Amino acid sequence: MRKKVAMTGNIAVANAMRQINPDVCAAYPITPSTEIMQQFATFKSNGKVDTELVTVESEHSAMSACIGAAAAGGRVMTATSANGLALMWEMLYIASGNRVPIVMTVVNRALSAPINIHADHSDSMGARDSGWIQIYCENAQETYDSLIQATRISEAKNVRLPVMVCMDGFIISHSIENIELFEDEEVKRFIGEYIPLYPLLDTKNPVTYGPLDLQDYYSEHKRQQDEAMFHAGDVILRTGEAFEKFSGRGYGYFETHCMEDAEIAVLALGSAAGTVRTVVNELRGKGVMAGSIKLRVFRPFPAKELADAISHLKALAVLDRCDSFGAFGGPVFSEVRSCLYDRPVRPHVTSYIYGLGGRDLGLDKVQEVFNDLKRIVDTGHVDKLATFLTVRE
Amino acid sequence: MIKLKELSEKQDLLAGGHRLCAGCTASIIMRQLMLASDYDMIFTSSTGCLEVATSIYPYTAWKTPFFHSAFENSAATTAGIESMFQSLKRQGKIPKDRQIKFVAIGGDGGTYDIGLQALSGALERGHDFMYVCYDNEAYMNTGIQRSSATPMGASTTTCPAGTCMPGKKQRRKDLTAIVAAHNIPYLAQASPSHYRDLMEKVRKAFSIEGPKFMNIIAPCHRGWRTKIDEGIKLARLAVETCFWPLYEIEEGKVNITYKPKEKLPLTDWLKMQGRFAHLFSPGNQHIIDTLQAQVNKDWESLLERESKK
Repeated sequence: MRKKVAMTGNIAVANAMRQINPDVCAAYPITPSTEIMQQFATFKSNGKVDTELVTVESEHSAMSACIGAAAAGGRVMTATSANGLALMWEMLYIASGNRVPIVMTVVNRALSAPINIHADHSDSMGARDSGWIQIYCENAQETYDSLIQATRISEAKNVRLPVMVCMDGFIISHSIENIELFEDEEVKRFIGEYIPLYPLLDTKNPVTYGPLDLQDYYSEHKRQQDEAMFHAGDVILRTGEAFEKFSGRGYGYFETHCMEDAEIAVLALGSAAGTVRTVVNELRGKGVMAGSIKLRVFRPFPAKELADAISHLKALAVLDRCDSFGAFGGPVFSEVRSCLYDRPVRPHVTSYIYGLGGRDLGLDKVQEVFNDLKRIVDTGHVDKLATFLTVRE
Repeated sequence: MIKLKELSEKQDLLAGGHRLCAGCTASIIMRQLMLASDYDMIFTSSTGCLEVATSIYPYTAWKTPFFHSAFENSAATTAGIESMFQSLKRQGKIPKDRQIKFVAIGGDGGTYDIGLQALSGALERGHDFMYVCYDNEAYMNTGIQRSSATPMGASTTTCPAGTCMPGKKQRRKDLTAIVAAHNIPYLAQASPSHYRDLMEKVRKAFSIEGPKFMNIIAPCHRGWRTKIDEGIKLARLAVETCFWPLYEIEEGKVNITYKPKEKLPLTDWLKMQGRFAHLFSPGNQHIIDTLQAQVNKDWESLLERESKK
């Protein structure tokens, strides 16, 4: 029997990990993700998982051990946040470059300095070019569901790439929701047996991982990595469909709300998507042709599909929960706007930086954004391309 | 008992044709280590000379599984591989009696310096593996920069002997003692010049469960500024002068595995090396005296520790 249980985002993640039952977890505590590994350690202590839990001395060693364990030939998971992810940075590229499947929950938190423990996307956005698949989740259920899907995506033979499943620190990680938990056996069936490829532990067929790869081959290997990311797009969609059959909840690259006839819309990642939807509903009640898009998969970036979904708009605002200092807008904005460039008809697109270091995004602030969009449509003119939304200036 | 005839009949697990310098002692050390073992082995190497020269895609000299990940994480990477082995064994996915020896390798840069934290963590957690440091006393792969293993007075590219500075100012770090402070079941210092001693230590280490450590002196003619074919001679002199004592610590007990009949003066070793040439110029005798005094003190201290067993 599936059951609905009230739990925090972190505990939902720990439960997904318990049901996935990875062979090895190597992790180092950091707020706000700490609770995941604490709960998982409790599962381990009580014989609920078969996992070898490696309580390393740093996040750098956490990812190093995960990479070694994955190359050895088994299922591997971990979790981190903010500076922990930053300390892993070198190893993120080594994980994807070695094509080892690893699933990591990133509980999004602002990067230091100044130190701050609350949600923003500066950590995972900083890792957007590291060769990891990135899935952003709106709530605990999505995070739980996405971790189960990520296990299959990461291990697909034509993908073999690590996956980050991201959820907003505190806002989701520490809030209690009613989660539908699958039965353990159902999860086991959905993810299937782990099939190792070129495992180090097969000493009869010795392989070398991580050789020096110079001018003659490096480009070809990076090209193959790009190809794997291309395949990941398709695998993500097929896994989402399979998951829908299994759970009733479907997942794609993004989710649209009132978009068919919308003239203005706001695009956001993570927990902000719910706030945006609420404002859209209010506006629709007032006859405003508003819509919203929740972007779930940021890597691989679904450029064509997204452009198809938004090019008919008159104006679009992209919310970024992190800045790209010195650029002209946030990282999601740059890519969303770029994917529209080749469309003969395309909306005005503006950038809003919001919610840094856990600053709350109120309905009124999203309303302001829609007001701006209406003004752009009315005047045909963009006054300000990039705006700081929730800040005192 | 190590018998040359038997060793000569064993398969060499590090293939020839790799691109280490002629006369490099790192590959000699690896061959001695691999020949000493009758187990299946999986190697991890930190970034460094040994790694870049033995695994240039699409070639590899390694006839065993081999993983190079990064510079500072050889111990953490091995910890991951070993943990997967333990997990799969516990779950019955690997036969219970299956034995694999996990060996993490690092130079002095990857071990004494940038990799010290990962090494310490892996030792403390008690993984069943052996860490081997081939200590050539500087960052040789990047072009002879000082490390915390570089002896006082040595000239390197980041502490060059000049008119104002006589090479490295600080004394070297005693990594073996730092490792000993982790109270692991077995650790040793070894030298490729005393290959029987080195191989006996490898065999003993492989017979013990838990973390093991070996610190092995690895003369580098490029960095030490010596003749190409004198690596083993230099390693032997490091032992005979007591600069590099051969000893082991098993369950906390110190055992000196080789005591020179006549302790040679340190200058016998120093004078063969260009990196110390400036120490023989007028005004620098005091540095040689300090180095000799340190060697004497360390040797006496080691003898005393042994006598307490």
